[in-house]
Amino acid sequence: MRFEGTDTYVATEDLMVAVGAAVSLGRPLLVKGEPGTGKTVLAEEIARALGKRLVSWNVKSTTKARQGLYEYDAVARLRDGQLGDERVNDISNYIVRGKLWEAFDDDAGAVLLIDEVDKADIEFPNDLLHELDRMEFFVYETKETVRAVNRPVVIITSNNEKELPDAFLRRCFFHFIRFPDQQTMSRIVDVHHPDLAPELIQAAMRVFYGLREVPGLKKRPSTSELLDWLKVLDAESIEIERVAKATGALPPLFGALLKNEQDVDLVRHVGSRHGSRRGRG
Amino acid sequence: MFLRLFFGLRDARVPVSLREYLTLLEALKRDLHGFSVEGFYHLSRAALVKDERWFDRFDQVFGHIIKGLELHLEEPWQEIPEEWLRKMAGQHLTEEEKALIQSLGGFEELMKTLAERMKEQNERHQGGSKWIGTGGTSPFGAWGYNPEGIRIGGKSVHRRAVKIWEKRVFKDLDDEVELGTRNLKVALRRLRRFTRDGGEPLLDIDETIEATAKNAGWLDLKLVAEKRNNVKVLLLLDIGGSMDDHIREVERLFSAARTEFKHLEQFYFHNCVYEGLWRENSLRWTDQTSTREVLNTYGRDYKLILVGDASMSPYEIVMPGGAVEHWNEEAGVVWMQRLLTAYPDATWLNPVPRRAWGYTESIDMIKTVMDDRMHPLTLDGLDAAMRELAA
Repeated sequence: MRFEGTDTYVATEDLMVAVGAAVSLGRPLLVKGEPGTGKTVLAEEIARALGKRLVSWNVKSTTKARQGLYEYDAVARLRDGQLGDERVNDISNYIVRGKLWEAFDDDAGAVLLIDEVDKADIEFPNDLLHELDRMEFFVYETKETVRAVNRPVVIITSNNEKELPDAFLRRCFFHFIRFPDQQTMSRIVDVHHPDLAPELIQAAMRVFYGLREVPGLKKRPSTSELLDWLKVLDAESIEIERVAKATGALPPLFGALLKNEQDVDLVRHVGSRHGSRRGRG
Repeated sequence: MFLRLFFGLRDARVPVSLREYLTLLEALKRDLHGFSVEGFYHLSRAALVKDERWFDRFDQVFGHIIKGLELHLEEPWQEIPEEWLRKMAGQHLTEEEKALIQSLGGFEELMKTLAERMKEQNERHQGGSKWIGTGGTSPFGAWGYNPEGIRIGGKSVHRRAVKIWEKRVFKDLDDEVELGTRNLKVALRRLRRFTRDGGEPLLDIDETIEATAKNAGWLDLKLVAEKRNNVKVLLLLDIGGSMDDHIREVERLFSAARTEFKHLEQFYFHNCVYEGLWRENSLRWTDQTSTREVLNTYGRDYKLILVGDASMSPYEIVMPGGAVEHWNEEAGVVWMQRLLTAYPDATWLNPVPRRAWGYTESIDMIKTVMDDRMHPLTLDGLDAAMRELAA
């Protein structure tokens, strides 16, 4: 089964190979890349392309690996016990399934997205090693082993906030979403805004890449910001000339591109001098 | 051939393990590379390399193995933008070295010779490109322009289609030398020590279940204090003067430290610690905190981290009145010793590269005062410092 992008997602060659390898060998695929380059969207699109259900697990700084497997709601059982509820006799009534279990349980095999794995504690990925390797785990309370019928496709995203443990990395395939070059970017824009005037897109992309090269920006605008910006430019019917003239200076509706007042300030002051400069590799 | 790639990567210090190699073989067995070199490139990269910072080295090794290209782990040369060299010199030369350059006819002269030498080298080996001064006789080597991967981009002499791994698009991501905030955070995290004291009580479920069972089913709640990172850090940063060159590294260290530690107290000093410290540089003259007060406020359990280049005149350390900007009643070394007595866990991080430490007398002096607990502000250095502090 080969993933070749979808009508709303442009996949590069290396991405297709990496996804193919991860799916076919049943290994997790670790995806990194600048924020806003479509890491999370990738999982959705893979699920869509493969016709599988997407189970997404959003990791936060307080998330524990156990929560992905199951949780034993002891407090509810205690309460039921005190109230003499019948349910209390069956311990499985108090086992709350986690996302991993949910994905393992899908007979057709699901796509499991573990989003922003680097947000959690450093040990988090290590705690999931065995579960992701064997695709099974043991529920101590009910003495049963949960095993994946069909190995789910596991997509893990990271924003590089923490180094991931080596043992974990060794088990994954790795893909780094590079910031798209102009050619790929026009294909991406095309997929999302097929009706926009090509002149507007061209002018907007020139401004956009100019902005990205302003040195010292705290948050460089990325793909998702460009797409949003095009959408508002279109919605507000801004004339192409106004966009085209903005190379370097603050473009119209810049709020969609620059999300930080220091960046806005910076572009206002130095942007015009650097806007036209191209990077030399 | 696959084994050569594997060992080639290991030789280039890309961390690949046998397990990953076997994964690659398994993937190849299933024809996932689609029988093309490019497919093999993508597949082996996804299987073997797990961090974008190694991509560039992977590209080089891959190109070398597959095409029998000449291996240039050290970069080819091209025109050097002068501005760039100047910056390099500013960052990487000590005052003494700069003086030496002056004696050789000054910077302009050096630039000229450098440019000429590069032209010569390009003519001599067509297409092959080597470090200038690898022989060790050229002044460029001696001045230390090269050792930390300062590089000048190259032009391919062979006119042929550039393969994807030859484009070297990931060059910027190789960050072995450079300290990123995330690396700093990971290194700082070695200091973490979780303890349970104070803080919001949490329900201890396991204990509660057990106690309740013992209590014949009557609910007996057990509470436990929340786990917290209890490491306390007193961070003193040298600011101004010779430290201006290192501001970026220090800022990064500071921003990483701020998110890692709940108990972080940070003060500035200039060159050496004297009787006054300040919280914000703009308040430097108006709102100093006396060092004695700092010593009395923060207890022995604080870990002291000093960051500074320790590059100053020796008088600033040993003589009363030696400070550059004000009259100090007591010598810097007296204050340093007071700090070190108050905080047994202490370390000094120095942004000056270690190999240049010998050139500056004051660095040696501070190092002696610190009992040798001085580390360069690199990932390795930080790591060593944190291990020492955590021990």
